[in-house]
Amino acid sequence: MNWVNAIVQGILLGGLYALFACGLSLLFGVVRVVNLAHGDFAVLAAYLALVVITTTHVPALLTFVIVAPLFAVFGYGVQRLIIQKSLEVSPLTTLLVTFGLSVVIQNVLLVTASADSHSFDLGSLISAALRVTPELSIGYVPLMIFVTAVVVLTGLQLFLSRTAMGRAIRASADDQEASSIAGVNTRHVFGIAAAIAFATVALAGLALGSSSSFDPSAGPARLIFAFEAVIIGGVGSLWGTLVGGIILGVAQAVGAQIDPSGGVLAGHLVFLAVLALRPQGLIRARLAV
Amino acid sequence: MLEVRNLTVRHGYLQALTDISLTVAPGETLAIIGANGAGKSTLLRSIIGLHQPSAGSILLHGRDITALPPHARVREGIALVPEGRRLFPSLSVEENLLVGRSSRRPGSWSLGSVYQLFDWMGERRHEPTVHLSGGEQQAVAIGRALMANPQVLLLDELSLGLAPTMVRRIYGVLPELVQKGMAVLLVEQDVAQALRIADRFQCLLEGRTTLEGKPADATTAKIEAAYFGLAGRTGPGSAA
Repeated sequence: MNWVNAIVQGILLGGLYALFACGLSLLFGVVRVVNLAHGDFAVLAAYLALVVITTTHVPALLTFVIVAPLFAVFGYGVQRLIIQKSLEVSPLTTLLVTFGLSVVIQNVLLVTASADSHSFDLGSLISAALRVTPELSIGYVPLMIFVTAVVVLTGLQLFLSRTAMGRAIRASADDQEASSIAGVNTRHVFGIAAAIAFATVALAGLALGSSSSFDPSAGPARLIFAFEAVIIGGVGSLWGTLVGGIILGVAQAVGAQIDPSGGVLAGHLVFLAVLALRPQGLIRARLAV
Repeated sequence: MLEVRNLTVRHGYLQALTDISLTVAPGETLAIIGANGAGKSTLLRSIIGLHQPSAGSILLHGRDITALPPHARVREGIALVPEGRRLFPSLSVEENLLVGRSSRRPGSWSLGSVYQLFDWMGERRHEPTVHLSGGEQQAVAIGRALMANPQVLLLDELSLGLAPTMVRRIYGVLPELVQKGMAVLLVEQDVAQALRIADRFQCLLEGRTTLEGKPADATTAKIEAAYFGLAGRTGPGSAA
């Protein structure tokens, strides 16, 4: 029964990883930017939520109503003002720029918020769980995060396949030049893609703060897990990020079951195995449809 | 309608176009002919805004559009069917056409009228474009450009990679467009095909105009000389 428990917890953990990974995948699939500051933006969102909680006394779980839209606007600005400019120079420049953003965010947080780690105060909810059998119980918080991930991915999928903006995003991901001569304002489209990616990374940051703790330097480790989820699932595939996240989560949970300190290592080993045996990922890469 | 004035375009150190001028009137078809590397595609790409000229200007209805990005030029009424078709592989036929509506220019072209122009297309509208033959893909690329309701249609090497019968069928739709008052500027390596359909032609050699006039007035010898540069570089000649 311990094994079943480990697998169930791993699947739920996969929801958190998928939430981290889908924004990374979208930004890479559409704008062709590897956002090295992705994890740091999530941590920044978590700190922003802390500020919102202390100033407005909104319950922690509702902060997404404020933080996600703010991050969407922020993402549009970052894309139009910083990333777009570097894209027009060279791909290497965007890598350096996002790396620079990562360093800046970590240090600004360190100076303004200290190195202490934080987590959201969820009251009694943090330990509340659904008892399936005497040995297997599912925590409400991980379950909510998993459901959020599924809802976000479904919504994103519908948006990309059903709306005119979604179509323009897919067209620009296929061929930026061709979509500009078809009348698409590709810079605006990239801005919208970044806004969506940033809204999802904000949710990921809130999920992180709800399920564990964060500090100014927590971002890069999150980025690694997001990368691994994207690559296991297949670069550019949205549902692939959920599959990748779940496989990574299960590998970590099962690994931790075998040896309490072996969880992260087991995840890395599964990632390396996928990279060696099926480098294109498990799901065929294709944005939506 | 469309006017290009003394356009000079550089690719790094290479001067791709030197002092090119041309005009196309509503309902008129102008063909740009020339050998590989003469600057034909560069000219069309500059008109749609994919290359910034180092000198000269592009005017539409007398309005200078040289500084506008491509999507804004589409909104002004120019559309390009690019070399190699450049369809969106992950989109269906219909979605490809709908992306062409992005500029929201008012006009008579719609999914319905494109499906009327190419009668096979409606049935296959949900298929991905990679399932289509080269000629069918070319038709979708033309349809996508028409969806922008252009006044000036730029066609880049429609015949490339297509069987001769398919080329004739694709070019067969042009008269209908021109009749509606569209100005057509086409680039074609197949000189005979270009001269058959054009009202006027302009021959480029190494980025300069070497001959211009009406197809009926130009002798084969004159065109060959302008095309290959056999007449020496004494500046633009005229067949008219």
